[in-house]
Amino acid sequence: MAVPVAFFAVFFAYPVAGIVGRGLRPDGSWRFGHIGEVLSRPDILDILWFTLWQALASTALTLLLALPAAYVFARFAFPGKQLLRAVVTVPFVLPTVVVGTAFLALLGRGGLLDELWGIRLDTTVWAILLAHVFFNYAVVVRTVGGLWSQLDPRQEEAARVLGAGRFAAWRSVTLPALTPAVAAAALMVFLFTFTSFGIVQILGGPAYSTVEVEIYRQTADRLDLPTAAVLTLIQFAAVGAILAVHAWTVRRRESALKLVDPALTAHPPRGAGQWALFAGVLSTIGLLILAPLAVLVERSLDGPGGHGFAFYEALKSAEASGGTFLVPPIEAVWSSLRYALAATAIALLIGGLAAAALTRRAGRLVRGFDALLMLPLGVSAVTVGFGFLITLDEPPLDLRATWILVPLAQALVGVPFVVRTMLPVLRAVDVRLREAAAVLGASPLRAWREVDLPLVRRALLVAAGFAFAVSLGEFGATVFIARPDNPTLPVAVARLLGRPGELNYGQAMALSTILMLVCAAALLLLERIRPDRSAGEF
Amino acid sequence: MSTTKKITFAALAATLGAGTLAGCGGESGDNNSGTGSKTVTLVSHDSFAATPAVLKEFTRQTGYTVKVLKSGDAVAALNKEILTKGSPQGDVFYGVDNTTLSRALDNGIFTPYEAKGLDRVPDDRRLDKDGHRVTPIDTGDICVNYDKKYFTDKKLAPPQSFEDLARPAYRNLLVVENAERSSPGLGFLLGTAAKYGDEGWKDYWAKLKANGVKVVDSWELAYNQEFSGSAGGRKAKGDRPLVVSYASSPPVEVLYSEPQPEEAPTGVATGTCFRQIEAAGLLKGAKNEAGGKALLDFLISKKFQEDMPLNMFVNPVVDDAELPPLFTRFGAVVDKPETMEPKKIADNRDQWIQSWSSLVLK
Repeated sequence: MAVPVAFFAVFFAYPVAGIVGRGLRPDGSWRFGHIGEVLSRPDILDILWFTLWQALASTALTLLLALPAAYVFARFAFPGKQLLRAVVTVPFVLPTVVVGTAFLALLGRGGLLDELWGIRLDTTVWAILLAHVFFNYAVVVRTVGGLWSQLDPRQEEAARVLGAGRFAAWRSVTLPALTPAVAAAALMVFLFTFTSFGIVQILGGPAYSTVEVEIYRQTADRLDLPTAAVLTLIQFAAVGAILAVHAWTVRRRESALKLVDPALTAHPPRGAGQWALFAGVLSTIGLLILAPLAVLVERSLDGPGGHGFAFYEALKSAEASGGTFLVPPIEAVWSSLRYALAATAIALLIGGLAAAALTRRAGRLVRGFDALLMLPLGVSAVTVGFGFLITLDEPPLDLRATWILVPLAQALVGVPFVVRTMLPVLRAVDVRLREAAAVLGASPLRAWREVDLPLVRRALLVAAGFAFAVSLGEFGATVFIARPDNPTLPVAVARLLGRPGELNYGQAMALSTILMLVCAAALLLLERIRPDRSAGEF
Repeated sequence: MSTTKKITFAALAATLGAGTLAGCGGESGDNNSGTGSKTVTLVSHDSFAATPAVLKEFTRQTGYTVKVLKSGDAVAALNKEILTKGSPQGDVFYGVDNTTLSRALDNGIFTPYEAKGLDRVPDDRRLDKDGHRVTPIDTGDICVNYDKKYFTDKKLAPPQSFEDLARPAYRNLLVVENAERSSPGLGFLLGTAAKYGDEGWKDYWAKLKANGVKVVDSWELAYNQEFSGSAGGRKAKGDRPLVVSYASSPPVEVLYSEPQPEEAPTGVATGTCFRQIEAAGLLKGAKNEAGGKALLDFLISKKFQEDMPLNMFVNPVVDDAELPPLFTRFGAVVDKPETMEPKKIADNRDQWIQSWSSLVLK
């Protein structure tokens, strides 16, 4: 418990307090009057309303489209399942710049929809909502599907035997067990969309702005720290309220469940209904996720002399990128992987400790800590980045120009994922299993290895996958922290997109494709690491 | 509690492992502590680029190694320096221009230093002429670019001046960037203010709006999505043959085409330009002042000045630097760009942006 608390105090609370304090106490006296001033501005109220509205709509739409997929991934066995699961996670790691570009290619002028039916959705709310679903689909599929696949279907069958109808059995047995995971997924999607930045900027056009975009503008463009501080506080309040609602929903719902090996619960689809659901989910994935990704791949191959790998060749030399990089752009892959590994390790350490502490103890303080861990998802990256600048600038903590700052900032976003994916599983481990093992003479370590680990390992891997993905695609903090010239993939893509010329545009698409492949490969690897079956069979 | 311990142990091991791995990246977090340090740190915006060999040349001449920190876009990078005033992240900041200079000077983030060789910079390009708090390094012109093919196909002469852009012949053809969020967008707005006066620009923009000008948030969107003359725009089927970009965009468009065409696909409307002068300064509280001064001298040396155009697509600020053939062949000569005093920009910018956004965006 002490380690995660210290981590958050130093790398989150302290920097954020520093920058907010600088805004509200410009001359040593608190200026709370400014809060009222900002809140009475109609443009700010418009922005607040739009932010809330689009986040709710995006969350609802994501749940609607992704919950059936969570079921399909949890309960059906079909060839290529692992690959598909990795593929639906890819959007999650793509930098917003790339997603924006892909969606413009689909929904914008001359895009696929335009070619087929003359529909253009860019600069509409629909483009924003669809892009949000694209991004967060995997959050729902992985968090809900991960738990769903481990629920014992026999419990529902037992209820049916006892006379419950199919729906009643599902509602009274499966739904309560799933609620915490669904709530956690909804919460994460909401927080992500509530603080959406790049997507709104690229797809929404000047007409739409979120609180996050506004904080960025007030901080980075205008250095109007008082206004930015008020907006940050508003964001805090909103996120706090959401977390309270979430805590109230899941309280006492996280009970011990009988978890089984996911391999035992999946079967091929049976009957017309299941096949229809399966086909429906697959076509949704095809339209919503594969199409934008395919557009990127197509554009990366659409070279000057017809289709080929010309853009990929260009990535290999610093020469072709005309000095934007001191190193060939392809080096960005290694930078990104290094950062991602470090960030994942930090996030697993901090998140694992926090989750373990939260499992062991209960009480108001602990619940507060649980909520606190979620806050980084709801705080603007620019706030954290600028906070780092003014607070971590004195020895022993002058980290401003060190490489570790980037993975630290990324881990802040990764930790909530680790906690959210591990907690339901850890809490579901029946304490009596441990006790039984102890009674049978197992040492605590052995009991943990034989009882907890097999059950938790899967969650741990899912959590690691998330943390890794978050770090690979993370664009915010990396941009706000000045760094030596070893750009990560998303930063390199953004830089290439920021320059004229076909080769730059093509290289940006090629790098995005590489980013997708790296991510998919990493996630597939994680899927492959299966616990050996010597333990954990009940 | 064994769970906790075990997870801690495993994760610690993993952290150490990854940390070591990540540490092999060859980046050392050395912060110039102490005097006589052999590293000089240059803080700049993301567009900074220089040929490695040229930076090595600096090391050969002076013994200092340059470490470059990229700090976001130009405005954000400067704001960070203002925020961390007195405890800067580096020794030299490169990236203030005439649109932001006043803020930098008012906040006193620079130590005055007169760079060696400053006499080669013509008078009209000298920012802070008497104070020497900054050293001018490069100039760039923000101008409307046009898609040559569109105008040849339509047998229509491309526009040449601000006045032309408001003519009915060019209705619905122009895309510009949001002046609030993009530096070329702001530059174009300032150009119109310099041309038509403090109040007159509003009438001009009302005409532009009536003539169907389209506003998007960023240069990337305007140039790579909406503009029909760029490689990205052609792929995205952009349908606006006029875009606010830079005078150096056509040469760049050529440089990054395979194979390189005989003629640039885009041209510059030379009567629509606003000149930006970009400068660097020695940061107050720099850990390595001597190195910083040497670096400023180097930034206006012929060697670095001639290296800039193909890396950053800007023009040298000194008279004796030669432009690369690509620029002389495909670039445009802008004889009379609009300009504006940094102080005047500082006094009016926010209010103008506000008026502009309620006039054009609403």
